[in-house]
Amino acid sequence: MGTILFMILFPMVIAFILLVAKSDKARDVIVIGAAAVIAAMSIVVAILFAAGGIEYFSFDGEVVSYIMMAIEVVLCIYIIVIGVKHRKWLAAIFAAVQTPLMVWFELNEGHHIAIESNMYIDKLSVIMILIIGIIGSLITVYALGYMKDYQHHAEGKDRRPWFFFVMFLFLGAMVGLVTSNNMIWMYFFWEITSLSSFWLIGFTKTEEATNNAFRALIMNLLGGLGFAVGIVILGMVFGTVELSTMLTIGAIYGDMVAIPAAFFAFAGITKAAQMPFNSWLLGAMVAPTPTSALLHSSTMVKAGVFMIIKLAPVLGMSNFAGIMVMMVGGITFLFASCAAISQNNAKRVLAYSTIANLGLIVACGGVGTAGAVWAGIMLIIFHAITKSLLFLCVGTAEHHIGSRMIEDMDGLFCRMPRLAMCMIIGIAGMFLAPFGMLISKWACMVSFVDSGNILLVGFICFGSAVTAFYWLKWMGKLSAVVANEESIETGVHKTETFVHITLVVLVILTCLLFPVISSLSLVPYLEMVFGGLSGAIMSQSNMVIMVIMVAVIVLLALLFFGRTKKNIVPIYLSGVNAGDNRTYHGSMQKDVEFSLRNWHLEKYFGEHKMNLFGGVLCTAMLVIGIGYMVAILVSMMGGVA
Amino acid sequence: MSAYVTKSPWVVHYDGSSCNGCDIEVLACLTPMYDVERFGIINCGNPKHADVFLVTGSVNEQNKDVIKQIYEQMPEPKVVVAVGICACSGGVFKDCYNVLGGVDQVIPVDAYVPGCAARPEAIIDAVVKGLGVLQAKRDAMVNAPAKAVAAPAEAVAPVEKADAEPVAKGSFPPIFTMAEIKTNYKVSK
Amino acid sequence: MVVKTVISIIAYLVLAPLLGGLLAGLERKLSAKMQRRIGPPVLQPFYDVLKLFEKEKMTPTRFQDFYVLVFLIFIIASGVIFFAGGDLLLVIFTLTLATAFLIIAAYSSNSPYAQAGAQRELLAMMAYEPMVLITIIGFYMFHGSFCVRDIMAGGQMSLLPMLGIFVGWMFILTLKFRKSPFDLSMSHHAHQELVRGMTTEFVGGTMGLIEIAHWYENVYLLGFVFLFFANGTALGWILGIVVAVVAYFFEVFIDNCFARMKWEFAFKSSWVIGVVVGMVNLLVLYLCF
Repeated sequence: MGTILFMILFPMVIAFILLVAKSDKARDVIVIGAAAVIAAMSIVVAILFAAGGIEYFSFDGEVVSYIMMAIEVVLCIYIIVIGVKHRKWLAAIFAAVQTPLMVWFELNEGHHIAIESNMYIDKLSVIMILIIGIIGSLITVYALGYMKDYQHHAEGKDRRPWFFFVMFLFLGAMVGLVTSNNMIWMYFFWEITSLSSFWLIGFTKTEEATNNAFRALIMNLLGGLGFAVGIVILGMVFGTVELSTMLTIGAIYGDMVAIPAAFFAFAGITKAAQMPFNSWLLGAMVAPTPTSALLHSSTMVKAGVFMIIKLAPVLGMSNFAGIMVMMVGGITFLFASCAAISQNNAKRVLAYSTIANLGLIVACGGVGTAGAVWAGIMLIIFHAITKSLLFLCVGTAEHHIGSRMIEDMDGLFCRMPRLAMCMIIGIAGMFLAPFGMLISKWACMVSFVDSGNILLVGFICFGSAVTAFYWLKWMGKLSAVVANEESIETGVHKTETFVHITLVVLVILTCLLFPVISSLSLVPYLEMVFGGLSGAIMSQSNMVIMVIMVAVIVLLALLFFGRTKKNIVPIYLSGVNAGDNRTYHGSMQKDVEFSLRNWHLEKYFGEHKMNLFGGVLCTAMLVIGIGYMVAILVSMMGGVA
Repeated sequence: MSAYVTKSPWVVHYDGSSCNGCDIEVLACLTPMYDVERFGIINCGNPKHADVFLVTGSVNEQNKDVIKQIYEQMPEPKVVVAVGICACSGGVFKDCYNVLGGVDQVIPVDAYVPGCAARPEAIIDAVVKGLGVLQAKRDAMVNAPAKAVAAPAEAVAPVEKADAEPVAKGSFPPIFTMAEIKTNYKVSK
Repeated sequence: MVVKTVISIIAYLVLAPLLGGLLAGLERKLSAKMQRRIGPPVLQPFYDVLKLFEKEKMTPTRFQDFYVLVFLIFIIASGVIFFAGGDLLLVIFTLTLATAFLIIAAYSSNSPYAQAGAQRELLAMMAYEPMVLITIIGFYMFHGSFCVRDIMAGGQMSLLPMLGIFVGWMFILTLKFRKSPFDLSMSHHAHQELVRGMTTEFVGGTMGLIEIAHWYENVYLLGFVFLFFANGTALGWILGIVVAVVAYFFEVFIDNCFARMKWEFAFKSSWVIGVVVGMVNLLVLYLCF
């Protein structure tokens, strides 16, 4: 209990300290110290709760609830004010609707609902806390060096204290979110994360940044509205606001709980940037790279999928909420993967890949079987590590080569060898066989087939093929050895390199240790939630083969990578190689330098087209799903009346 | 032991200049009529995979570096066959202002195929006889591996002037010597 | 059980390259006959590879050989998993890993020809991958297992219920064998715009390794064809092997009858086939079994 509260409050205290600490030196010390403490504490939490399945904390929170309500009201007024000021009426309207709704509910109805336990911790929360605590704090450390460079280029006053304030606030709120059993509390943390991401995205204060920040805010407030409605329905109809009770009711009475679950899932879908709400996550790319890394890997979007994974037991093929969620996830996976092909901007490729992977996780949650949830949680773990690694690599590359375009990463293998290697390992982790993500994709595929949703099977077959295309062409670009390039790696901040290397080690370790992770935390969790596993998870022998494959690749790399006794000769350029592998003697007695470009297949996978198709299909699913749920609710209420 | 290179001579073909007659004849070797694949010969179009370098046409200022480079990019053991009288000596273009002469002006040639245009039978004969040179070179590689490794390709291969008797690389004599060609075909200086 | 598995693994390791090379030799002989030529000796592919190992050692970068080595090892590994009766999905993921390393090897030289070939190979991969996955899922839906062992002992021949998938598999086999009309990324025939595509910069022994890897690959791709007929009886074995060999020469026949198509056609037709025969067949399997 104490450790959990510490995990929530400590980052927030640090956040306020960072707000007043103006000097670089002080900030360095505080951030690195705090990050170390948070990471260490998250491991302590994992060890403390290693044995128990699930623990509830009653934690009498009457006063806390009122404080939260007060803060919510203040934030609501803040949103309305800035909404009006920037003429973003939708933000103001959404805020003006949901907060009064929640306040009304809490004062009138919520008051009578007895709350047994406000907080809890189980294996899933522990996994999330480890991700937030370790990956999140690594990103803050990385941000130190990155923001120094950033400030160096930027004009105007140093707003870094604010930046770090929001980052740590975010981490605290995330821990709160994954340990709240009381949905009203969860809603509070939910709104804090929405607002934090709004601040982080709008950090640069350019017009584009402000617009994108508002887009993110509006979409997440819409999700928040869904959340609030879900709480009200849960409270009014089922007489509880506790997540655990809701899931228990779901287990006993079946699909009735699907109605509030659909609304909560809707909130999760907005936060997880599923189509048609994916544009906020793409817009978030204007922010400094640590922001993107934080939003994509350990916070924000992970809150969305965490919610859906939590709801998984009450979703599934048997009710429409489940079908809605899995179809939105599946469609998003396919179309976002396709859209990534047409992108040249590395951060946008990463963003689309995040959206696609979240889609897969959402679909897993929607399928709601033990095997699917196993795959979903594995995806969360692997995605958090690899994606943060990739973002942080792109951030460093951007500062040193002056571009975030993949086509400008020609010869990065020679210009920044260590960085390129980190990136290649990250990319391999995103889609290649023995590395993380593919293991979960495999489990996904099996559970989708077992669920009997053939469409979903189709989405994953085609989506996986597309995924391989865009990752491999990027990987190829990085691994191309372009002659006569000097290494420019000397200027990289030590903190950045430290974070890269740590994450690479984490990627390889999780790949090697995933059977252990599975048996120590995932299997107990699934047994608790689903009461036993029906052999849905991949067989032990396959896991062993995968681990052996990783080991073989690592071993081969150590033995042979970059070693040859052969003569190094120039490449073939039709006999007119000018000698440096980059120029040829042109026919008009002129030397021509060539450059190589990847395929983007704009005609087939244009971003606009993909977003349109995916957006329309997902919107249709959501409208039908939510509408259907409302119809059932109305008929039920009619029945009661 | 006979080297496998003699059973699978892959060919890269370069047409320097001239009238393209010999060029067409080289391609004719690939047709069902002559079917060089019988001998394992493949026209691979890539010096890095090739064992035999077929050059047609004369060498001029424009293409001498190209010929040199293609030759350098072929891994040992390799042979060069000059196909047609232009490739042997410059032919009727010999006295043109920018023509250097035959292929042996820039790279060592192992076999000369006379003719204008060279006959497919003669080309095949030259390639098949060039296999002897390949065998000899392979034997040299096995016996003294260090020496056989060619200099890095950046270094330009020494230009061999063919003022006296053009010499074949390796121990195998050219199929048609320059003297024979001169007497038989009366190439004017 | 274990002994049987070990025997089949060893048999694969030893026989597959011999069989693959022999098939390649017969293919060249057959192509020659179709063109009214005599053609090379049947053992020609072996001479070619042995010759490649005799050649001088050259490489454009010091990294390329590592990638090619990993390519070969994982191609062999995926075949081993297949013939050991392992998980089909694992087989295909390992194959994808191997192909990824081949593509990276082609990229690493930064040669325009090799990279253009690599891009096309990527495209081919994107084109055939859905159908490959659909095939495996089809086996799973019909037999309830991803394991080759279980499918072989399945008792029922998969061909008829999976006829659509079989057609789709035969279609993408052309892409996987890199034969006309889909020999996009590299070709055995010369005089093309890409020189030798992906393999342009592989010299001597490196190229030899690539050829050997392809022999291994071809053999177990035909193993998939065999799998459609396996039902645990002698008839299934005979029929499977005969059809697998026929399938190979059918691909050779197609190779000789078509000119190369544009990549658009390769991509579009494979996806359409994947949706039309593959997905529909899956739906049928779902509804009927």
